[in-house]
Amino acid sequence: MNVNEKIKDQLEKNPVLLYMKGTPDFPQCGFSGQTVAALKSVGRPFAYVNIFEDPEIREGLKVYSNWPTFPQLYVNGELIGGADIVVEMFHSGELKSLLVDDEVAAESD
Amino acid sequence: MFCYTLRRFEQKAALLNMDPAEIKTLIENGLVGAQVSVFSEDNTHYAALIICADFAGKRPIARHQMIYQCLGQRMGNEIHAMSIRAHTAEEWQELQSAADG
Repeated sequence: MNVNEKIKDQLEKNPVLLYMKGTPDFPQCGFSGQTVAALKSVGRPFAYVNIFEDPEIREGLKVYSNWPTFPQLYVNGELIGGADIVVEMFHSGELKSLLVDDEVAAESD
Repeated sequence: MFCYTLRRFEQKAALLNMDPAEIKTLIENGLVGAQVSVFSEDNTHYAALIICADFAGKRPIARHQMIYQCLGQRMGNEIHAMSIRAHTAEEWQELQSAADG
């Protein structure tokens, strides 16, 4: 499996997936920490990949998504954004409607 | 081990650090007519405010990608992290008056 297939496979298996630095319990970067906090506040369980543990995924994702930094939040395989966008969506209520009220929640149960 | 890697990375980033004015110019060159402000306390982490008519009708992710496009390989390398606010002039005015009100 090449790196693109690996990314696609991860995205297919996890409807809400955060590529981050560190883990939700021990984020290794302020931006990853803010994103985890927003997701936890919304209360929707999410999967994560610690990009420090997989350098290949880390480099591959930058190309895959045309997005050069981390964290990156994906919902149903689509890149939603990094910390700025996720935190902004949390404040506006969009994150909750995307993750909790919409069909994402139903699909993954 | 990790702390060591991080420290090394930060040292490397510090050697390559960029002046906020340079970033401002790169974005202005890429987005015609944009009004750009870039701030940094350490020349590694930046905060940028970009007002541009071309953002109209675009989702935040597309706006950020337009900005990343201007910065190319520098994003994630010399520029370790940049917080971005991307708005049209109308949106920005609305946000300002909401903040004042």
